[in-house]
Amino acid sequence: MADEALFLLLHSEMVAGLYRAAEQGEGGTGADAVAARCVLQENGRCTTKLESMGFRVGQGLIERFTKDTARFKDELDIMKFICKDFWTTVFKKQIDNLRTNHQGFYVLQDNKFRLLTQMSAGKQYLEHAPKYLAFTCGLIRGGLSNLGIKSIVTAEVSSMPACK
Amino acid sequence: SRELFVLTYGALVAQLCKDYEKDEDVNTCLDRMGYSIGVRLIDDFLARSAVKKCRSYSETVDMIAQVAFKTYLGVTPSVSCSSAAGNEFSLILDKNPLVDFVEELPAERASLCYCNLLCGVIRGALEMVHLSAEVTFLQDRLKGDAVTEIGITFLRKPEDRKQKRS
Repeated sequence: MADEALFLLLHSEMVAGLYRAAEQGEGGTGADAVAARCVLQENGRCTTKLESMGFRVGQGLIERFTKDTARFKDELDIMKFICKDFWTTVFKKQIDNLRTNHQGFYVLQDNKFRLLTQMSAGKQYLEHAPKYLAFTCGLIRGGLSNLGIKSIVTAEVSSMPACK
Repeated sequence: SRELFVLTYGALVAQLCKDYEKDEDVNTCLDRMGYSIGVRLIDDFLARSAVKKCRSYSETVDMIAQVAFKTYLGVTPSVSCSSAAGNEFSLILDKNPLVDFVEELPAERASLCYCNLLCGVIRGALEMVHLSAEVTFLQDRLKGDAVTEIGITFLRKPEDRKQKRS
């Protein structure tokens, strides 16, 4: 249980630290339009950094978790593994809802996402929520990539603390 | 699980190494992040362990070593007091879980303090209980020393300083 607190704190600190560094980096630019574009670029860069960190961690984690498990039958089996075992080990709960169109598109829904529960449920922080999901997207992408699946993972938050 | 934390920490250090060229910058960044984490971790720690108020520096350090490290990292460093004044202590870590997956530091990063986050965490947590201290790594296994040693030096409390002036 204590490990969770440590990881949650480290994660929120990582997000805050990266964005703070980015803001400081581009302070003092000239015209407003340039500044606005810089902010967007920096935000994009931070999200990419977080996602690639998650990717590395996901790759390592999935290797350790699947050391002793049997070979997966198909894509759906892998997705079920991610929803149940992987998510439980990382976030101490399972994914609440998995939907698919059986053509390679999956939606995982978590109604009480651990990394968002610390923030107040309301519209106030909705725009900042995606920053906290970037790492987890990378985590899933890394895990899938080490299981042999190339994927694109995106996240959507419509109402805290649920996310897809 | 602890592996998630250790792996995430490793990815963070790797990313910081990419962002900053100088080792000192990475060390400073890690220390600053650790400080912010420590400031919040102390709340979690106190809520979790309900320990009594520590009455001396050595009790405080014992608390850090035996309870805090055990709770969060699963290891118990040994404590030794290294000054007659009673305000300098060392925590000696036989086993450091943060470096479980690290074999050695790359050649161009010889002065990187990989676990500098820990120093910041201890410093931040102590400050929240009104104890100011300097925390640094005295020995580091990753740099070839036999053990990993963290030095905590308690600084004078601000009240003492005020009394001296008046």
